[in-house]
Parts: sequence; C-alpha cells; structure tokens
Amino acid sequence: MKILILGAGQVGSTLAENLAQEAFDITIVDQNPARLAELRDRLDIQTVEGQASHPDVLRRAGADDTDMLIAVTNSDEVNMVACQVCYSLYRTPTKIARIRNAAFHGRDGFFSQDHMPIDVLINPEEAVTTRIKQLLEHPGALQVVDFADGAVQLVGMKAFYGGPLVGHELSFLREHMPQADTRVAAIYRRGTSIAPRGDTVVEPDDEVFFIAATKHINAVMSEFRKVERPYKRIVIAGGGNIGLSLARSIEDKFSVKVIEYSPERCQKIAERLDHAVVLHGDATDKDLMLEENIEHTDMFCALTNDDEVNIMSSLLAKQLGARQVMTLIGKPAYVDLVQGGEIDIAISPQQATTSSLLSHVRRGDVARAHTLRRGAAEAMEVIAHGDARVVGKAIGDIDLPNGVTIGAIVRGKEVLIAHDNVVVEPEDHVILFMVDKTRVRAVEKLFQVGFGFF
Amino acid sequence: MHFSVILRVTGILLSLFSLTMLLPMAVAWLYNETTISAFAVAFGITAGVGLLLSTLVRSGADLRSRDGFLITVLFYVGLGTFGALPLWLIDGAALSITDAIFESLSGLTTTGATVMTGLDDLPRSILFYRQFLQWLGGMGIIVLAVAILPMLGIGGMQLYRAESPGPVKDTKLTPRITETAKALWYIYLGMTVLCAICYSAAGMDAFDAICHSFSTVAIGGFSTHDASLGYFDSTGVEFVAMFFMIFAAINFGLHFAAISRRRPNYYTRDWEVRAMLGTLTLVSSLVCLILYRNPEITDHPFRDGIFQAVSIATTTGFTTANFSLWPSVAPVLLLLAAFAGGCAGSTAGGLKMVRVLLIYLQGLREVRRLIHPSGVFPVKLGNATVSDRVMGAVWGFFAAYVLIFLIMLCAIMLFSDVDFITAFSAVGACLNNLGPGLGDVALNYAGQTTTTKWILILAMLLGRLEIFTLLVLLTPAFWRR
Repeated sequence: MKILILGAGQVGSTLAENLAQEAFDITIVDQNPARLAELRDRLDIQTVEGQASHPDVLRRAGADDTDMLIAVTNSDEVNMVACQVCYSLYRTPTKIARIRNAAFHGRDGFFSQDHMPIDVLINPEEAVTTRIKQLLEHPGALQVVDFADGAVQLVGMKAFYGGPLVGHELSFLREHMPQADTRVAAIYRRGTSIAPRGDTVVEPDDEVFFIAATKHINAVMSEFRKVERPYKRIVIAGGGNIGLSLARSIEDKFSVKVIEYSPERCQKIAERLDHAVVLHGDATDKDLMLEENIEHTDMFCALTNDDEVNIMSSLLAKQLGARQVMTLIGKPAYVDLVQGGEIDIAISPQQATTSSLLSHVRRGDVARAHTLRRGAAEAMEVIAHGDARVVGKAIGDIDLPNGVTIGAIVRGKEVLIAHDNVVVEPEDHVILFMVDKTRVRAVEKLFQVGFGFF
Repeated sequence: MHFSVILRVTGILLSLFSLTMLLPMAVAWLYNETTISAFAVAFGITAGVGLLLSTLVRSGADLRSRDGFLITVLFYVGLGTFGALPLWLIDGAALSITDAIFESLSGLTTTGATVMTGLDDLPRSILFYRQFLQWLGGMGIIVLAVAILPMLGIGGMQLYRAESPGPVKDTKLTPRITETAKALWYIYLGMTVLCAICYSAAGMDAFDAICHSFSTVAIGGFSTHDASLGYFDSTGVEFVAMFFMIFAAINFGLHFAAISRRRPNYYTRDWEVRAMLGTLTLVSSLVCLILYRNPEITDHPFRDGIFQAVSIATTTGFTTANFSLWPSVAPVLLLLAAFAGGCAGSTAGGLKMVRVLLIYLQGLREVRRLIHPSGVFPVKLGNATVSDRVMGAVWGFFAAYVLIFLIMLCAIMLFSDVDFITAFSAVGACLNNLGPGLGDVALNYAGQTTTTKWILILAMLLGRLEIFTLLVLLTPAFWRR
C-alpha cells in the first residue's frame, strides 16, 4: 500500500517511522529539507520538498497512484486544501487530515465528498485528551482503550499486593467474581510477556491487560490491587492545547488547577475555563506546588511541550506527596526510561495519534486498532465477514498465532467474553490482543475474505 | 465646540418637541377642558423658540462626538424647562416655576416623583400630559442609552455591548443609528400598545389604560390617581403592571436581538437578566416574609409584598400600599434594591444591574486571589471576559455615584430642615429615578423647600445621564478649545 504523508512534524515523522517498519511504501512531503534529510537517512522512505497543498508538489510525490493521503501539516487549511486537490485531481481513495481547530468540527456534512472531501479527521490533542480522561476515570490503570463504541474496554494495569487475586491462579477470578466476566489478554512479567492460562499465578508487579465490558472494569481492577479512591483533585502543569482541552473537558467533574508559565497564555486560558483555577508560575516551582497543596493532589499531569520539564516536575510533585503522577513524553527513548519508576503513567502523544490512524491502514475490516506498551503490542477490533477463516469456529479451535489472544466478541449490542466454546458468527466484532506487532499479518490473514471460496 | 450648530440642533429638537403638546391639546378638546389655551400658549412659545434657534443660527459645521455631551444635557434641560410651561401656565394647577420644572423633569427622566396632589380632580389633559412626558422620556432614554451614549463612550450599554456574552455582543443593533433608533422605537411602541390593551382587559377604562401604559413601559411611576395603582385594587392590573415593569427593565438591545431573531432563550441566557430576576425574587421573598410575620399591616402580604418589591426594585415607583410605613428593614431594603435598578439599556434607573454584578464578581475575584496568590482570575460575565478598562470604568462610576449621593444628602440636610430618613430616601429616589421615598417624601415632594427641589432636580438629571455626561460639562478641560 502506498501512503503519502504531508508534513514531517512530530506526528508526521512518528507515523512514517511506524508505518515504514510495516512494509508500507511511504512518501513524506515537507518544506524543511533538513528534517527530510534526517528522516531519509534513518528510514526507508521517499521524501519530497515543497508546499504540501500545491498540485505539482503532490504529483511529484506520486499522488496520482497513492492509496492513502495523510495530511498532518501544522495548518488546518493546508491539510484541507491538500485533500481537496488530491480528490479533485488525482482521485486518491482515502484521505485523512489533521484538523485541530474546533470550529471546523461538528459541522454536519461539511467533510463529505461534495464539499470538503476528507474521509477521516484526526485531532492528536483530542486523542491525547481522551486517553488521559479515561485514565482519570479508572484510578490505577496504566492504559485504557475503547472498543465497540465504548461497550468494551481493554485495561492495562499493575498488580499490587493487597489485590484479592494476586498470588492466585487466574481461574480463581471466575469463582471470586462470577457476575463480572473478563478475560486476561496478556501478562508482562519483568518486561517479557507470558501467555496467560487458567493456572497462571498472578505475581505482584505484573503488568496485566484484561478485556471486559465497560461497566465491569472497576470491579475487575479491584481484583488486582486494593481499591483506589476515585480521583478528585487534579493539577495540570502546562496550559498548552492539550492542557487546556483536558482542563475544559474535566473541570465539571474534578477540581482542576492549571499551572502555566506565560502570563498571556494564563490570561487566555483563564478566560476559557469556568471552574478550573489557573495559576501563573513555573511547573517546577516547589513553593508554588506547596502553596497549592500538592500533597493532597490525586493526580499531577505534566503536559507541557518540554519532556524534561514534564519529567522533572512530575518527579518533584511525586516527592512532595502527589498521589499519582502522569507525564506527557514525546521522545520514545524517555518513555521506557521513566515508566514504572517514580512516574506512574507516561503518555506519548505520537502513540495516541498513531493509534487513531492504525485502523485505517490495516487490511481487512478493522473497526479500531490501538497501540499498547509504547507501540510494541497492539489491540484490534476486527469485523469477521461471511467467509473469513474464523467464522463458524469455536474460539478454542481457531489456530491463533503465538502471542495473540481473542479477548471478547461483540455481537450487535451483546458483549461476549471469549471463552473457548464461543463460536464466531458472521459480522461479529472480534477484539484481539497481540503481544507483538509482527503478528499483525497472520491475524489479517485469519480475517481475510479468501478467493478460494468463490 | 460648535455652539452655533449645537444651538441649531437644540432648536430643531425643541420644535419637534412642541408638536407633542398638540396631543394633550387634543385631549383637552376631547374632554372639553379649559386647559386648551395653556397648551396652545406653551406650544406657541416652544415652537417659536425652536424655529427661531434653528433658522437664525446657520452653520455648516459637523458635530463632533464631544459636542454630544452638551447636546444631550441641553436636550434634557431644554425639554425639561419648556415642558414645564403648560404646567406653569395652567391656572387650576397653580404650580410655581420650580414645581413645574420639577414635575416636568421628573417626567422626562422617568423618575415619577411628584409635587402635585389631588390628581383625581385635575383636568384630564394635564394628567395625560404628565404621563406622556414620561413616555417620551423613556423613549429618549432608550435611544440615548442604546445609541448615543455609547458614541460618547459612556454608560452601561457600551459596556454591555462590548463585554456581554452571546447575541448582543458585537452588534451595533443595525449598521446605522437612525435605523437602530427606529427599531427600538417600534419595540417601545409595540410594548406600550400591548400594555395598554392588557390594562384595559384587566378592567381599566381607556384613558387610564393608555396613561398607565405610558408610565409603565417608561418605568416612570406617574399615575392619574393619588392612590397610584392602589386605586384600582385589582390583582389583574397589578399583575399586568408587574409583567411590563420587568419586561421594560430588560435591555432593549436584548429585546431587539431576541425579537428580531425569534430566540426567547436569549433572555434566560443573559446574565444581567438572570441577576435582575434573582434580585427581584430575593427581595420579594424577604419583604413577603416580613409582611407575613406582621399580619396587622396588610391583609394580603404576598400580593402587596411582591408588587411593591417589583415596582420599587425596577425603579418604577407605582404603589399599592404605603410601604414607607412597613415594619423593620422592608422600606430600606426596597430602596437599596432600587440602587441596583434594572438592566443597562432599559428605561430603568439606578446603578444598573450589570454594574452591580460586575462589582460583585470583582469582589469574588479578590477573595479567590487571596486563596491562590499565583492564580489568574479574569472577571467573566458568562463566557466573555470583562477587561480591566471596563472594570475601572465601573468602579469609577460607582465611586462617583456614591460621592454625589453623599454630597447631595449633606446639601439637603444643610439647606433645609429635614430628617435623615427623608433626605436619604429623597436623594436616593431621585438619583435612581425611582420616585417615591420614605418619611416626608413617601407620597409626594410638595412639602419640600425650593432649594431641596432644585437639588433633587439635579439628582434626577445626574442619575438619568449616567452622571459622567453631566459631570464632564463641569470640568474646565471640556470647555478649553
């Protein structure tokens, strides 16, 4: 598949990197030759220099036989025009664009073939905000992702002493909680995955991924660790786009404080927030944190655009007594460095964006895909069509590749947790977990509609 | 300063104003009253002076916005003076020149303070004329407040327009002032007609219904009876009055937006309206409670309490009971509510609700600043932030209001022998364009000395012109070329 990426910023380059590893043909367009050169040296991709919305630049980049356009330049307008140009001149089948400005969203019918031909809108800030919001709603979770429009969730968390299930075999879970059905999809012990089976014993510090209906999530979580109090007091360091949109979306439910360094920006975000308190100061200012009762904070979110500041302020907040800290980290190298240490949760904005794009580059009818564990693992919601190889088989009989688990099946509105005797029917949404991305091809094959059946 | 052109404009206004005396003349003719000659003479004088000024003074110069201050003040002073003519000329009423001007300005500023007694026996043309003055005054105020004062950079409306959230925010209602004035006039006229119909449906005769509709939508408070609305002793009439008083106390810019776009929810979304309704509810409940606990005062505590609270708090000044005799804090509470008044850009007086709201929000902000020393807290009205420049203007206005109030209070007590309650309530009632006060001025102002009356006339003018319009004329810098 040929993919054309416009804009080699953070999102553009991470996407290129992720997709190039998966045998897609990537061409990337940007105005900055230095950045392109850097990418070309590192990755096996083609680069084109020029203004991304110009037809001749797009043609040079091969827009006329591209399967997918991903427009992620800084400017909403350039992204829109590029999609329009590709649609009108080159008939590009799939057009994905990043549209940041909220004013464009929610206009019915505006982004349609007749008007502004964009098939998928992505908004990285929104993706990150949603991700953080879900984590805030499930105290103790390291990662929460939605499937089937929120009916099913996959949660990653750490097991601790004090959880009823810790030290027991997984099969004990069913006896202990007969009413809440769940399936443990993967367990990571000291960084390596072990295949979860009925007799697997959960140890403290295991990273557990499980799938359950959304309403059962908190009950299942309480099996792996002591029940966490819900979060109430949130401090957000950094009032940038992500900080502001997070504060706006949670200020009605939580007590929110936002720390921002620039006085002008303070003024601006204070105008846009209703209940949240905006504080002017440095995110790493100890006195400010003490003054604002950091020791009674449930969650400290460091969301500035500077990784180092985020890490330092999170460490400081944790040391001063914040219950949990969450850190936004752009550099992939830092993520592995900090997570699991003092910092409870590390969030990568690129990962959130890539995640939201994944389902569109996967073959087969993938309704949703999420990257997990810093991009190493992946979870997918795949629709099983009529003559795919999985249809008609009981889950126990499906020959799954190593490291792949089926977690749940959503049939209409019904959520079926995947036990061995459940039979896959046509049009089921199957939710899978892959400990390793390299298994994607094999899984795609399972769900492909084969020619042999005709 | 272009005195010639200012005089000319004033002349034109006067000649237009003289035409309005034809209407009471018609009433006098209709009821076959002798007052017709007085109105005719007053018409002659006003029209003569007006035409003289407008034709004799020739000038091609354009008006500057600074001239607007002088014109606005001259407009009120001129109309007040010439409007007093019929009252002064009529034999039956026997008013001194001071009384006549007091009455006429009280009408034009929609205050509703009166020096006339025995209203029920007066010729109908005079009664009609008083009500009509209030109606004209109300219309003038709306045009003044919505269209003219903002050009001069004063007043609640500009603040409202620049800073309020939602529909009215960036609108000059229509692109041109004349169009704006016309639109407002239609709303005002429509409201009056509707009010008159409702009154007559509630049982008033045609004359009373029309007269009272004039003073209701103008938030004036003149009545054709000494007992004011209490004369009718009808729940229906009181209900109609309350509805239209509240309606008229809402910003006319908001009316325009809500009506022209057919969005009634603009009213509930507006913070100033919400604040006003909240205040009204609070004050009425308190007053009702007080009346309820003192059953010897009135037979129907809720009816009287709510009506009086609405009438006084919107600065109308209709009465159904002598509230100055009510026990405990009730009369003072009502008078204080009148200080907050109605919405900016309406016919109501007082400080205007939006200013009170902003001052309250500012107070809240200071408290939050103490709790979070590093916090950034903009003053917000709904979703819109109020700039510090506007907050400064609001505080300046508030300070001037209080200072002027105190100065006048002292002046009245210095020059005439009245008790504190009377002086306090008289200045308050006039500065807020309310009307009835407490103590000796609970019913009318006839017993006051000439000096007191002149001070109160000044108070009415200052209150109506949002203080600074008049105050700026008193500074030497204004007159320097």
